[in-house]
Amino acid sequence: MSLVTHRASNRPVTRETSLPGGVHRLSPLPRLRGPGLLQRWQERAIQATLFLAAASSIAITLGIVGILGFESLAFFKQVSLFTFLTDTQWTPLFDDAHYGIMPLVAGTATVAAVALCLALPVGTITAIYLSEYAPHRVREVVKPFLELLTAVPTVVYGYFALLFVTPLLRHFIPSLPGFNMLSAGLVIGVMIIPYVSSLSEDAMRAVPMHLREASYAMGATRFQTSTRVVFPAALSGVAAAYVLGFSRAIGETMVVAIAAGMQPHLTFNPMEPAATITAYIVQVSLGDLPHGSLGYQTIFAAGLTLMLMTLVFNIGGHVLRKRFREKY
Amino acid sequence: MKIRKDIAQRKRTDKVFSLVGLIATLVGIVTLLALMIDLAWDGTARLNWNFFTAFPSRFPDKAGILSAWVGTGVVMFVTALAAVPMGVAAGVYLEEYAPKNVMTTLIEINIANLAGVPSIVYGLMALGLFVYKFQFGMSILTAGLTLALLILPIVIMATREAIRTIPGSIREAAFAVGATKWQMIRHHILPYSAGGILTGVIIGLSRAIGESAPLITIGALTFIAFLPASPFTGTFPFLSFEWLKSPYTVLPIQAFNWVSRPQKAFHLNAAAAGLTLMAMTLAMNGAAIWIRYRFRKRIKW
Repeated sequence: MSLVTHRASNRPVTRETSLPGGVHRLSPLPRLRGPGLLQRWQERAIQATLFLAAASSIAITLGIVGILGFESLAFFKQVSLFTFLTDTQWTPLFDDAHYGIMPLVAGTATVAAVALCLALPVGTITAIYLSEYAPHRVREVVKPFLELLTAVPTVVYGYFALLFVTPLLRHFIPSLPGFNMLSAGLVIGVMIIPYVSSLSEDAMRAVPMHLREASYAMGATRFQTSTRVVFPAALSGVAAAYVLGFSRAIGETMVVAIAAGMQPHLTFNPMEPAATITAYIVQVSLGDLPHGSLGYQTIFAAGLTLMLMTLVFNIGGHVLRKRFREKY
Repeated sequence: MKIRKDIAQRKRTDKVFSLVGLIATLVGIVTLLALMIDLAWDGTARLNWNFFTAFPSRFPDKAGILSAWVGTGVVMFVTALAAVPMGVAAGVYLEEYAPKNVMTTLIEINIANLAGVPSIVYGLMALGLFVYKFQFGMSILTAGLTLALLILPIVIMATREAIRTIPGSIREAAFAVGATKWQMIRHHILPYSAGGILTGVIIGLSRAIGESAPLITIGALTFIAFLPASPFTGTFPFLSFEWLKSPYTVLPIQAFNWVSRPQKAFHLNAAAAGLTLMAMTLAMNGAAIWIRYRFRKRIKW
């Protein structure tokens, strides 16, 4: 093809060249080429590979749900769901085996409650302080330090709870046992402060300035503005922060395994030792249970319970966020 | 007169609250300091050359963390090798290729949810899938892959955020001189987002390095008195992957083992191991902050 004729008009795309003697001749332009066949295939192959990498995250979820579901199903073939939910003892590895998840759920709930009682108020007030009160310099110094709290390995937190916080608490409550849910809960509470505070602070800083200005113009103090204008406006984001804090609190493993004792025990009293769902999984994993035995399946049933608890709260949080979402 | 009193009262509340806020902020920081001082107080005495070059032992003063820190290093290597290509590829796809459709939304929601799954659940999944289904056994390979899955959401989110800061004009400029999409990504997007991605990877690895719960469920041992096989061999092909199948222990597991013992002397070892671990994570976080700072200074859009 000497003349390029693929344009919409029929006139060939040409350029003028002057030849000696004033003769003008029209010569064809070099053809502009897009990517060649090989390159197009390469592009497509790359896109497919990248897509597979992104889709693999779904495979992970399916893997989690599949494994937990599969092993739990085997478990529930031998233990009825009713027993699982109503029996008040959890002793799957004893001769007199009982399979009631309630003691583990109670332990998990108690530790999480202690942790949240500390982390939600402190985290929220920290967020309000950093977003509304603190001078720029203070914020720049404090924030990295708070984020360091999330970088501390959980084993170290466990060590701290068992060998620092518990002896400290014993000065005030002499009857406190060496393993107890109170110190584990308090340490987990401190651990999740940064999760609560940084997400909440982001939400508060996203509240448009004109709302604050309107409030100040009415003569409100900073405290009134923070608590009655900024906080309600940021409630959707704050709720998300709370849900994340909750997920972290019930999923935390090492601190409770080290400091709260590992005996399943139906109690809501934080001054007592008790096992959580996660601590039970650790305890069983440290031993040597044969693959496929009922004891092996119990940890998957416990894990599934933990997943469902997280899921319920995440959905609840999602609903809350939808309800409180403010548009500006 | 009453209104003046009211105003004074409100101003006082405001002052009090600003003090309460400062105290609340200090709760976290004071605890962090107390934790570090407590750990250093208990642990520094045990930090000597022998502690780093000895295997664990029944005698607390002879026990060391050689197998633990080697294990941590090797497991982190596998984790990085698996998580970085996967995470970066997924992030690039979601930012540069993904069409706006149900599949993309599903992937995005899914990644956000994965970030909230308790780490021990990853361990249970790996126990069922890697250890028994794929028959990888309780090995370094299983541990590395498990932690890779755990930090994958962190790497993906960091990649996406880094890519998002690159202005569209860069892409248009590349297309205008005839680059294909992949050429544009390779020559522009990836180099410009490298700093942000690296920061995310380091933060992710610093989270993985302190993680012990999932490794306990997939059978990390606590008493390992040997090192994994060397990857270099004297005979052809000079490389061996035998070490991937080796049993292992890591620093947090070793510390957990020591803190769970009743003897006080082992607690000191646990503190020293915890101190080593803290130093590693703090160094990694420091490096991440430094890299972020350097790249921010160098690239200004």
